[in-house]
Amino acid sequence: MASESIALRVHKSPLHVVYECVATADHKKIGLMYIVYALLFLVVMGIEAILMRIQLSHANATFLSPEVFNRLFTLHGTTGVFFVAMPILFGFGNYLVPLMIGARDMAFPRLNAFSFWMTAFGGFFLYASFFAGGGLSQAGSAPDVGWFAYAPLTSPTFSPGHSTDYWTLSLLLAGVGSIGAAVNFIATILCMRCPGMTLSRMPLLAWMNLVMGGLILVTISPLTAAQLMLMADRYIGGHFFDTAAGGSVVMWMHFFWIFGHPEVYVLIIPCFGFVSEIVPVFSRKAMFGYPAMVAASVSIGFVSLGVWAHHMFTVGMPSYGNAFFVLTTMVVAVPTGIKIFNWLATIWGGKIRFATPMLFCIGFLFQFLIAGLTGIMLATAPFDWQLSASYFVVAHFHYVIVGGILFTIFAGFYYWYPKITGRMLNETLGKWHFWIFLIGFHLTFDFMHIPGLLGMPRRVYTYEAGRGWETWNMISSIGAIFQAAGILIFVYNMIVSYFHGALAGNDPWDAWTLEWATTSPPPDYNFAGVPAVRSRRPLWDIKHPDDPDWKYE
Amino acid sequence: MVAALLSWATLPTFADARDGFFGPTNIFAPDSTPAHSIFRLSIFELEVEGAIFVVVFSLLAYAITKFRQRKNDDDSEPPQVYGSNQMELAWTVLPVLIVVVLFLTTAQVIHRVQDARRPPGTIEVTVVAHQFWWEFRYPQYGFVASNELHVPLSAPQLPTPTFLALQSADVDHSFWVPRLAGKTDLIPNHPNTMWIDPQETGLFLGQCSQYCGVQHAKMLQRVYVQSREEFNKWVHAQQQPAASDPAVASGSALFITKACFACHTVRGTIAAGIVGPDLTHLMSRDTIGSGAVPLTPENLRQWVHNPASFKPGSLMPAPDITEQELDQITAYLLTLR
Ligand code: HEC
Ligand SMILES: [Cu+2]
Ligand SMILES: [Cu+2]
Repeated sequence: MASESIALRVHKSPLHVVYECVATADHKKIGLMYIVYALLFLVVMGIEAILMRIQLSHANATFLSPEVFNRLFTLHGTTGVFFVAMPILFGFGNYLVPLMIGARDMAFPRLNAFSFWMTAFGGFFLYASFFAGGGLSQAGSAPDVGWFAYAPLTSPTFSPGHSTDYWTLSLLLAGVGSIGAAVNFIATILCMRCPGMTLSRMPLLAWMNLVMGGLILVTISPLTAAQLMLMADRYIGGHFFDTAAGGSVVMWMHFFWIFGHPEVYVLIIPCFGFVSEIVPVFSRKAMFGYPAMVAASVSIGFVSLGVWAHHMFTVGMPSYGNAFFVLTTMVVAVPTGIKIFNWLATIWGGKIRFATPMLFCIGFLFQFLIAGLTGIMLATAPFDWQLSASYFVVAHFHYVIVGGILFTIFAGFYYWYPKITGRMLNETLGKWHFWIFLIGFHLTFDFMHIPGLLGMPRRVYTYEAGRGWETWNMISSIGAIFQAAGILIFVYNMIVSYFHGALAGNDPWDAWTLEWATTSPPPDYNFAGVPAVRSRRPLWDIKHPDDPDWKYE
Repeated sequence: MVAALLSWATLPTFADARDGFFGPTNIFAPDSTPAHSIFRLSIFELEVEGAIFVVVFSLLAYAITKFRQRKNDDDSEPPQVYGSNQMELAWTVLPVLIVVVLFLTTAQVIHRVQDARRPPGTIEVTVVAHQFWWEFRYPQYGFVASNELHVPLSAPQLPTPTFLALQSADVDHSFWVPRLAGKTDLIPNHPNTMWIDPQETGLFLGQCSQYCGVQHAKMLQRVYVQSREEFNKWVHAQQQPAASDPAVASGSALFITKACFACHTVRGTIAAGIVGPDLTHLMSRDTIGSGAVPLTPENLRQWVHNPASFKPGSLMPAPDITEQELDQITAYLLTLR
């Protein structure tokens, strides 16, 4: 049956595929569109990163002008968060959640398509600023206010022309898309589970998407509100952030970071879901402490709403204010610790298979540990007075976003690609991808901490010689080449395997959740009959009728 | 003389013997109480985290080597374990204890640095950040300096810390001289303070660390810590009005006719602009353009000719003047010592 559905796909003309994309409201097709769209922007932001790394590889470089450099880091950050990480996770969520909870589609298929197109339009709109950002009369230019766009740099005085408007509107559009997606995830997960799948039997990936949805609702809303206020300031005399008229630029910071901090969890919580699906399967053991994992994630979600001002320790809050945010931020370490230890306990006593998805998850575990520890340093307000806005911070959050999030996304690709396409990704290429990317990642981001400790601020287009920063920056830049090579192998693997990969069959990894019960790729209706489950691992129960999970849960 | 100036100006990065391999802005080479407090806290934290790292790293490394599937495996599934309340409780309580300890130590340091009182003898400086340069007002002494901050040494027996009132004339900036203190932002309409009490004389470097526009990268900082006598001498010199030398009268006239005076102050003349740095004692500085280049006659001439050649995007426009006028203005500027 698997080969049958693969055979079907060859017959479609390109025009037909385009038509299907535009017209579809099917969760799997929308999921794929999110993923392809995000990969496109991953390449774009990667190129931006390489350009910046060339410029920073040595002191007093003149490869890029300050204006261009400032645009590049603004676009790199904005693209990465809003048009790579979020869409790619929405894509996986869209594809997998209905399958894993035994549903036929998302709760609101049309809203789903609408959300995708809003997000997609937001990204294209951002890049349109290159051609039109200077307004009709001038040449274009992209936004250059940084991805958190602190006021008053965004005011008409300091940012004339329209580049900031492109930034604002694009985030506004993407924000509407994200809120739509969040509503859809929440409704789907709460209302569409198959018979027998109580909340306590739901796969962790679905749980994580539920938490993500909740977080999006409460965090994207302030961001969207802030964009509206900024628009009002720029065009109709809003004065929200205009200090000359009694506005406050610090208010922008609060609005931005009450979005910005939980956003990190919007991104990494679904990745926790990936790890919690993949690590058990490749360790051949049930997830250790499922209820604790759920509780930890939900509490991370809640606590993360009360920590935002740790991005503002240098803004001059009173000492007790700083102390409060130190405490709340450090508290996040507790549920995070639980997660790491539970993953460790899942591996413990198992029979680990080192397939590529597992390799990336293992990379994640080590790197996430380090990112967590540097996070605690940054949470220590006095230490942060030194580290904040330095390259240490840049290294830290790339450890989270690349070493944590991107690694698990790669794991997800290797793990679910067979389900999505019906063919396996090439394992040899996968291992090359893993090792080369791992080397590149560590060259770039391990060494990037050091110039931060040596006083190098972020967002500088160049630096003078003799500050002790050159060696470290050179190493970071060399690492970027390895990372790019890793990504190229990955893209090559995806394309070649699509046509020539080994046939996957329904369940290539001998896994336990419902998506592996249907064909690869799944039919439009997902399941021939509505599945019913009695435990967290329905396929385990089928494979081990003598020793089913539901006896123990 | 010029040669001496040159060598002093091009080498200042290495003026401090402790620069070494790790450069002059290493946060782990503190030289003032706030930086010291942070340093001690960070070392304590690094020790705690180092221990956590070693333990968790070893456990992970052990698990993935010990529990890998062997070649001669019988393909049976390993025993399934669903959880253990005792263990999970253990790895909840342990981190809670660590967090409590870290929080309490941190809170103490926050309090000590942020809520410090001003002893008598405190020097007050108002720092006003501009796109892309620094203004330093000394209200106790009644003058304004630019780009290079001078403060006296603070001896432990008789502390004379410098308290900085931080303001911004335009966008957000941040004051960061790592060896003296952590950074604090300068935000429009949101006055902040920070303080330093340097224990050693010498030059301390830093730079603006909140993105403030095109030339954020070349908004550098130089803090000169001087003995009390040297500092007093410097203050006295700065308090004087600008030198007036009839030999450069043509240059000083051009300073007015070419609109320099609209942006720059030269005390004792009609030039009282506040858009650019105070030039009254320009030649007492080692650099131009907020540390962008050493202050040499050639660089000064080039700067006035076209500031963008050193600092593209700086807010000083290139004036419309002939080569001869350029020479005259430069000659005039060179007398402002
Ligand atoms: C529109 C305002 C403006 C005008 C007119 C102007 N300047 Fe400037 N000037 C500035 C600003 C702003 C800076 C600081 C630039 C920076 O460091 O980014 C500056 C810096 C300087 C400096 C370096 C000061 C230092 O310590 O770093 C000198 C010297 C100088 N100007 C001389 C002149 C002369 C001579 C003229 C007239 C030909 C002139 N300026 C006209 C705004 C102006
Ligand atoms: Cu945060
Ligand atoms: Cu700056």
